[in-house]
Amino acid sequence: MNGRNGYGRLILALVGAMLVVLAASIRFGAIDFSVADILAAFSSLLPGHAEATLNQRIFLELRLPRAVLCMLVGASLGVGGTLMQALFRNPIVEPGLVGTSSGAAFGSALFFVVGGAFNIGASLYSLPIAACLGGTVATYLVFLLARSREDGRASIVMLLLTGLAVNALFMSAIGFLSYIARDPQARSITFWSLGTLAGASWTAVQIVSISTIGGTSIALFYAKQLNALMIGEEEATYLGVNVNRLKWIVLSINVLVVAVATAFTGVISFVGLIVPHILRMMRGADNRFLILGSALTGATLLSLADLLARLVLRPAELPIGIVTSAVGVPVFLYLLRKRRYVF
Amino acid sequence: MSFPGGNASVNQRRSAHVLTIVLTADNISFRVAGRELISGISAVFEPGKLHLVIGPNGAGKSTLIKVLSRLIRPSSGRVGYEGENVTSASELDLARRRAVLSQAVEVAFPLKVREVVMMGRYPHFGGRPGPADETIVDEMMEYFDIIEFSDRGYQTLSGGERQRVNFARVLAQLWRTDHIETLPKCRYLFLDEPLTFLDIRHQIEFMKKVREFGSASDVVTVGVVHDLNLAARFADQIVLINDGRVVASGTSAEVLTAERINAVFGIIPTFVKAESGVHLIFD
Repeated sequence: MNGRNGYGRLILALVGAMLVVLAASIRFGAIDFSVADILAAFSSLLPGHAEATLNQRIFLELRLPRAVLCMLVGASLGVGGTLMQALFRNPIVEPGLVGTSSGAAFGSALFFVVGGAFNIGASLYSLPIAACLGGTVATYLVFLLARSREDGRASIVMLLLTGLAVNALFMSAIGFLSYIARDPQARSITFWSLGTLAGASWTAVQIVSISTIGGTSIALFYAKQLNALMIGEEEATYLGVNVNRLKWIVLSINVLVVAVATAFTGVISFVGLIVPHILRMMRGADNRFLILGSALTGATLLSLADLLARLVLRPAELPIGIVTSAVGVPVFLYLLRKRRYVF
Repeated sequence: MSFPGGNASVNQRRSAHVLTIVLTADNISFRVAGRELISGISAVFEPGKLHLVIGPNGAGKSTLIKVLSRLIRPSSGRVGYEGENVTSASELDLARRRAVLSQAVEVAFPLKVREVVMMGRYPHFGGRPGPADETIVDEMMEYFDIIEFSDRGYQTLSGGERQRVNFARVLAQLWRTDHIETLPKCRYLFLDEPLTFLDIRHQIEFMKKVREFGSASDVVTVGVVHDLNLAARFADQIVLINDGRVVASGTSAEVLTAERINAVFGIIPTFVKAESGVHLIFD
């Protein structure tokens, strides 16, 4: 029986794994920090201690916020994937596939360029709002176009194909923006389509932590209703779920967590696909476990990917999207073949 | 066959004070995309009796069940549960007293049998199931003889086994734990062609269990079945519909006449008397 204790132990194990990866992620990179370096860096923050050295400042202002932001973004993508899969009752849906991520990236890029032209500085606070708008528009567009004319439902094949088309559209729009933009802007625009954590800052951590923790907490509240949805929309209604309201709430949470994360890191695909899949293989499909578990596992996996991206070509680094795609695409193809979708 | 557990008295209540008319359909119509699926249906359904709706394909049977169970709201007319118009009732309020057994339930992810049955208790608890919910689920699984599947994946079961799981889930949803909590309100059980994928033995077993549960004085049961013989054998009341309208209603002897069956289904039956009652044979 899947009692509270069964989940509790697994959740603790996932927290443990996350902390181990966090430790590795703050130690290793372009420069390695020893445990003593790290402790010294932390103690320099305490009052009455010596001013931080350059090395310590690199740790505190670059390495540490990057590691924390990576966890938050990974958690957001994991939760987003779980929510989308539960909502569409399909294990191959993820935020990157239904337009949310590319729309958010486009929203950020457009805001950057247009804001620059009108001398509206793209502040760290207005950027996530632009990303949310872009993510909402793209997600809505995908579902609008994928809906069949007969019964108003989106078939999974239509959803994937429409997502592909809308993603391509928004990606080429980002390409266009980077082409017309003046040089310093252009560099920051291309990063949204590749995905990187190099721009991490404590401000970004602050903003993303609000959306991630807030979104995950609200999602947990709807876990039971999402469970009921697993046996079908009609059956969920019979079990007391207002399915339309649930759809809107869950889609909104997804857009919020994914778009805000994308605003600071660009498009990182496939995390939202793999994470719920791994957890379902470990411990069933109960969303009460999956939502929290996918936040923790998403954080762990994206940190691992980021660590890899920083170490493979050290001291240079790979865009993290390359790492997640290299792992994610085979999983996606496997799932696609296993379910035998007939086109 | 008997009901499990100590709650039998609550769930099999046959009180002297019986509400005669509980579920009412008052001139209900449902239109979609310019087509009228049911037109001006009026009917009353009494507690403790088994009402079965029959009619040819496309007659509007499933639509009628969906409107009565408030999955969809009628375009016009009124559905009353104990006189209360259910149009504005909340999903959760309805789920605590109304359950629907559907034709087939597909799950999207690997769920264990027990998890599916426990979903029947979802309307009754907030975060986690209480001890009473666990007990009810255990008893229902025992009653439907699926306790040995408890930890098996729902997706690995056969059609007949799945329907037993769903029936256990639906009765768990309507099961009462105490008198006071829900006494004034009746419970409503709807069946939307649940026998379609079952073999004949399971069909009979199902109908017996439906009749047993539905005989409680606070349970209103309305179902759709395809097999006229099954309807004739188990129904207390039959509602025959065609083209979205009620053609006739009453006992099977009243409704199932040769002329009427020929008029509605376009086939002439032969009536054969057997020990279990009158049977219809079609050539």
